[in-house]
Amino acid sequence: MSILINKDTRVITQGMTGKVGQFHTHHCKQYANGEHCFVAGVNPKKAGEEFEGIPVYASVREAKQETGATVSVIYVPPGGAAAAIDEAVEAGLDLVICITEGIPVHDMLKTRYKMQGKKTLLIGPNCPGIITPEEIKIGIMPGHIHRKGRIGVVSRSGTLTYEAVGQLTELGMGQSTCVGIGGDPINGMKHLDVMKRFNEDPDTDAVIMVGEIGGSDEEECARWIRDNMQKPVVGFIAGVTAPPGKRMGHAGAIISGGQGGAEDKLAVMEECGIRVTRNPAEMGRVMQKVLKG
Amino acid sequence: MKIHEYQAKEVLRQFGVSTPRGKACSSVDEAENGARELGGAAWVVKAQIHAGGRGKGGGVKVAHSLAEVREHAGKILGMHLVTHQTGPEGQPVRRLLIEESAQIAREFYVGMVVDRAAQRVALLASSEGGMEIEEVAKHAPEKIHTVRIDSATGLTEAEAAQVVRAIGMPDVANAEAVGALQGLYRAFVEKDATLAEINPLILTADNHVLALDAKINFDDNALFRHPEIVALRDLDEEDPAEVEASKFDLSYIQLDGDIGCLVNGAGLAMATMDIIKLYGGSPANFLDVGGGATTEKVTEAFKLMLKNPHLKAILVNIFGGIMKCDVIAEGVVAAAREVHLNVPLVVRLEGTNVDLGKKILVESGLPIISAGNMADAAEKVVAAARG
Repeated sequence: MSILINKDTRVITQGMTGKVGQFHTHHCKQYANGEHCFVAGVNPKKAGEEFEGIPVYASVREAKQETGATVSVIYVPPGGAAAAIDEAVEAGLDLVICITEGIPVHDMLKTRYKMQGKKTLLIGPNCPGIITPEEIKIGIMPGHIHRKGRIGVVSRSGTLTYEAVGQLTELGMGQSTCVGIGGDPINGMKHLDVMKRFNEDPDTDAVIMVGEIGGSDEEECARWIRDNMQKPVVGFIAGVTAPPGKRMGHAGAIISGGQGGAEDKLAVMEECGIRVTRNPAEMGRVMQKVLKG
Repeated sequence: MKIHEYQAKEVLRQFGVSTPRGKACSSVDEAENGARELGGAAWVVKAQIHAGGRGKGGGVKVAHSLAEVREHAGKILGMHLVTHQTGPEGQPVRRLLIEESAQIAREFYVGMVVDRAAQRVALLASSEGGMEIEEVAKHAPEKIHTVRIDSATGLTEAEAAQVVRAIGMPDVANAEAVGALQGLYRAFVEKDATLAEINPLILTADNHVLALDAKINFDDNALFRHPEIVALRDLDEEDPAEVEASKFDLSYIQLDGDIGCLVNGAGLAMATMDIIKLYGGSPANFLDVGGGATTEKVTEAFKLMLKNPHLKAILVNIFGGIMKCDVIAEGVVAAAREVHLNVPLVVRLEGTNVDLGKKILVESGLPIISAGNMADAAEKVVAAARG
C-alpha cells in the first residue's frame, strides 16, 4: 500500500512533447512499473503522434477516455500551466501533479477558485512530484535514492526531500510514498492533506515532514497532528537563518509581516509533539531513534 | 518586484484612485520647478526609495516656500536614508517626489494581499492610518477589517461600502472611498501584484479621499505579461549582486556572514545556511543554482560569491537529481580555475553519478576539501573559514 499512487496508477502527461516533458517522461517510464503506468500524452497540435511508444491525444478528456488514466502530470511552461490544471480538473481526473515552476500567483488563485467543489486533487505546482518507491515515480526526483518501505515523506522542497530520503535509505529505512507539495504560496494539497492520508495508510509507520519559512501550513498541520495523528512524526523547517522580507528561491518562502518564521514553526511543531530537529543532516537519525522508541 | 511610491501612485491613478498632484524629480532644480508648476503654498518633499519608514528616517519634509523646497530637496537627495527596512547602512536617495500638501482630516489604512490560507485575495482595512498594519495586527487586531474576495465577483460595491463604514469613513466620502478600494483591487489583480497598500488613505478637510502614500509589489512570475511594469524597475534600488545573479537565472541573496554557499534547490539552500549556523559559522549568501545548472552558471555563481570582501570559505552542497554530480563537479573545477579561487572550498556531492563527480574533483588537483554528508560539510567549512 501507499498513498495517492501505486503500480496500478495510469498517468497522462501534459506537456510530454516538450524538452523537459520528454526527459522526465523517459525516466518515469524507466522506473519500476513505469512502462505500464505512463499511458498517454496531451498536445492538441501533436495528436496522433507518439513519444517512446506513448500516444499523444488532443485533450485530457480524450486521453482519459481512451486509456482510463485517472492521474496527470504537468510539465507545461508557466504561462499555460494553470490552464493545463484547469483542463485536467474539467476532465474529472482524480489527481493532478503540476511540476511547473513560475506560474503567476493570480493564475493559481483563479485555478484554485475553479477547483472548489471538484473532486480533483492537486499536488504542486513548483514541486518535484510524488513517488511510491519500486512501484511508480511521477515527477522529477531521482528514483534510485528511494527504497520501498514504511516511512512517509512530505515536503515543500525538492532537493531537501531527496536529502531526507537519502538519509532514510542509507539508514535502511524505506519509504511508503514521498510527496513534494511544492514551494508556491498558492498550491493544492498541503502538509495536512498528505498527513491525513499517511495516518490512514496501514503501510506507513511514521512520517518525516519537511517545511520551510512562509505561510502557516506547517503550524496548521502540527495542530492536527497533536489532536489526531496516531503515528510518530519527525519534522524539520528550513530557513532559520533566512532574513525577513526576502524571497528565498521559492515564491512561497518569504517571512512577511513578522509571519512565517522558522523558529515560530518549530516551536509550534514541538509543542504539538512532533520530534523536530534543527539539523538537516539528522532527519534520518532522529527518525531511527523515534522508531526504536 | 518593487517600485517607488510615485510609480505606485501613477499605477493607481490609472485605476481611478485619486492622489495628491505631484512631480518626480532627481535634482534640486527639478524639485523647485516641480513645486512651482504644482503651485500652492505648501509642498511635501518625499524621498523615493524602496523601503518603508521614510518619514521617521527624515526622508519626508514639508516646505512652505520654494526656498524651503530647495533646502529640503538638497538635504534629502544623496542622503543615506536609514529606516527599519533598509539596514544600518541605509539606502542612498536618488529621487524625490514633490507633492502638493494635503489637508488631512483623518487617516486610514487599506491594503490587498494574497491570503495563502484562504487562497483568495484579501482586503485589509483599518482606522489606524499611517501605522504599519503589522503593528496594528499585534496591538489592536480588532481594528483590522478583512474581506476575502471572491474572484468571480471581484470586490463588490456592497463589500467595499461595508468596510469603508466599518473603519469610520464618514458617509459623505463613502462613494469616493468605495471607488478607491475597487480601483485598488482592480490594480492588484490586473497588474499581478502580490501586495498593494495605501497607507494612509486620507479624508481631506473638504471631504475628498486621497491616497497619500502607496506601495505595490509585483509577482516576478507574471512580469512576462507586464512589460509596462518591468519598465518601472529601478536597478539602483536593488542589491547589485542580486541584479547580477538574476541575469544568469540564479537565485541569490546577500547575507552578512563569511561562508559562501552554492546549492541546488531553494529548500536545500536554506537548510545549508541553517546547518552552517548550527555548526558555529555564518552564511554569506543564499544561492540556488536551480535544477539545470551549467558550467557557465556555476562559474558565474562563484564570481558572485567571490565579490564579497568578507568571504572566507565556500561550501558547495549538491544533491544531484536531474542535475548530475559529474556535470556539477566539472563546473566547479572549471569555475575554480577561471576565478582564481583564493578561499578554501568544501564540496559535498550526493545523488546521480556521485562517484564520477568525486573522481573529477580529486583528479583536478585543486585543493578541494571533500565532505561525505551535510554535517561533515558544515563542520569542515566552518573550520576552514576560521583558518
